Amino acid sequence: MTSLELRNVSKGFKSGKVLDDVSLSVTAGEIVVVFGPSGTGKTVLLRMIAGVHYPDTGTIAIDGEDVTEASPEARGVGMAFQNFALFPHFSTFENIASPLEARETPASKVKEQVGAIARMLKIDHVLGHAPRELSNGQKQRTALARALVAQPKVLLLDDPLRNVDAKLRYEMRMELPRLLRTFNAAVIYVTQDYKEAMALGDRIAVLRNGRIEQWAMPTTVYREPVSIEVARLFGDPTINLLPCKLEMNGAGGQVTVFGRRVPISGAYAHAVGRDLVAGLRPEHVVVTETEAPDAMQFDLDAVMPVNVRSVLYLRGAAGEELLATVSESESARFGRGQRKVWVRFAPGDLLLFDAASGQRIAPQVH
Amino acid sequence: MNQISTFERIVRGLLIALVLLFFLFPIFWILLMSFQTNEQILRIPPSLFFEPTLQNYVALLTGRLQTAAGNLDIAFMRNLGNSLLLSTSSVLLALALGVPAAYAFARYKFRLGESIAFTLLSFRFAPPLLVLLPLSLFFRQLHLTDTYIGLIWVYQLICLPLILWIVRGYFEDISPDIEHAYRISGHGWWKTFRKIAIPLARPGIAAAGLLAFIFAWNNFIFALILASASKQPVTVGALAFVTASGIQYGQIAAAIVLSVTPTLLLALYAQRYLVEGLSLGAVKG
Repeated sequence: MTSLELRNVSKGFKSGKVLDDVSLSVTAGEIVVVFGPSGTGKTVLLRMIAGVHYPDTGTIAIDGEDVTEASPEARGVGMAFQNFALFPHFSTFENIASPLEARETPASKVKEQVGAIARMLKIDHVLGHAPRELSNGQKQRTALARALVAQPKVLLLDDPLRNVDAKLRYEMRMELPRLLRTFNAAVIYVTQDYKEAMALGDRIAVLRNGRIEQWAMPTTVYREPVSIEVARLFGDPTINLLPCKLEMNGAGGQVTVFGRRVPISGAYAHAVGRDLVAGLRPEHVVVTETEAPDAMQFDLDAVMPVNVRSVLYLRGAAGEELLATVSESESARFGRGQRKVWVRFAPGDLLLFDAASGQRIAPQVH
Repeated sequence: MNQISTFERIVRGLLIALVLLFFLFPIFWILLMSFQTNEQILRIPPSLFFEPTLQNYVALLTGRLQTAAGNLDIAFMRNLGNSLLLSTSSVLLALALGVPAAYAFARYKFRLGESIAFTLLSFRFAPPLLVLLPLSLFFRQLHLTDTYIGLIWVYQLICLPLILWIVRGYFEDISPDIEHAYRISGHGWWKTFRKIAIPLARPGIAAAGLLAFIFAWNNFIFALILASASKQPVTVGALAFVTASGIQYGQIAAAIVLSVTPTLLLALYAQRYLVEGLSLGAVKG
């Protein structure tokens, strides 16, 4: 059942339009990630659902009831803010209890429910503390507990892991989906970290310039991004983008990248003659020290270890730059770089985009 | 790093002592004067050693001043009462009006908002004497001359802009998200204002209230022109000590000591709110 539905919502401020014709629906128990670079209206979107801002046009419905004009306290949503927004003059307990208190829950039940959620989030030992005495991780959990305690039908999480340290962020990324499942709320989770989006989202709405550019499952957004921009935003290190032209060669086609002709599926025939950009994810680039069939020679400029994978900075014969990632164990073989290596990739991994519109060209199967 | 040399410590102590002497000695001298007779005060050279007398305080409290030229009635205690009444009610009224207004100016953008706020501030630019002539004419027509209500109204010229602008700054410093979070929790606008905005701005409200009280207490010219003896505060009442038989320095000193006391007590009381940490650790950073 659809718990939250936004229909054709637009919102502008004095500085211009922030959201343009956004439609979204979230069912109970589903986590929808709103992903996008900063300044694309993600936070404004959440605030409109919470009732802090009102849309210029369009409607918002919670549980089938139109709340477009309703005030924040009448909506019964839970929200965790990026900056935590704890009440500094309340204790942790009072902070978490505030939604229950507003619903006039009897004191004994308040105590019980706050205790339960605090135990779940491992902050039961700091319930008596003031927010300023908490670590950032505890503040973030307190904010989360406050959003969850009244078991809202709609839960809004505004980049809640933004201001916590990397280790905790990693832990929470694992823990959150499990925690959220137990509450069966319709969750909107805002982030600009694609890994978080992949880890948490059942569906992802990629928001760019106030519009939803893609609305799909995480793997779809990753494998079949609708445009160059989505492909660039979604993935780290950034996707390699190589200008190219498509020619037909009998039944199949071919594109020229790095001065080499690469055969490509005939299903792209409809894009012949257009200026294209080929996208190649760094992890699809295979780098070897020895020559292999179809491999091209590149200079390895630098090796940078990032988490479990290392990023290789490569330069082609004509000076083209190429990023590749290899596993940590493999990266040991490349030392610190500064050597010649051989590079190949599977042509099927190439994503083709129209250079002018930036839109992805999907293969046409007849 | 934190080591301070002995020399530095001595110099620092000396300088602090100098500053304290400069600011506190006059007050100390007035305290001494309040326990002396006029003759002792005017003695040359002045002396730190004298037989203390309570005569000045007795004269003020009983309202009878005995001078060489005879007995004189003074209304000092009434003046003190007037000062308390006028300052307290002016500040309370200004807080009741100014705090919600400051909140509105801090949180909402509305048409002419900035102009209205600035106009209120501009009351503080105008020399009081310039405003007083038209004001006294209006007051006569409105039958507000020589009434407490009229004076309290005029005192809003002093208190309201002060409270409005100081408290507004404090409200602006509170992250709106804290209030949003409280509303989203399910609390109404009015409760959010009472439970979140006001407590978080309390240091500012205390500071502004104290300042407004001091300004109101020290005001002289409004009451001098707009009220008669029975409604006048101590600042105007002190003029009575300039008598035909000379200036009553002893009583003036005692009057000063008595009239400083309420403000001093208020400042001591408000101090703990002034230093109360504001929204520390509530939001990141």
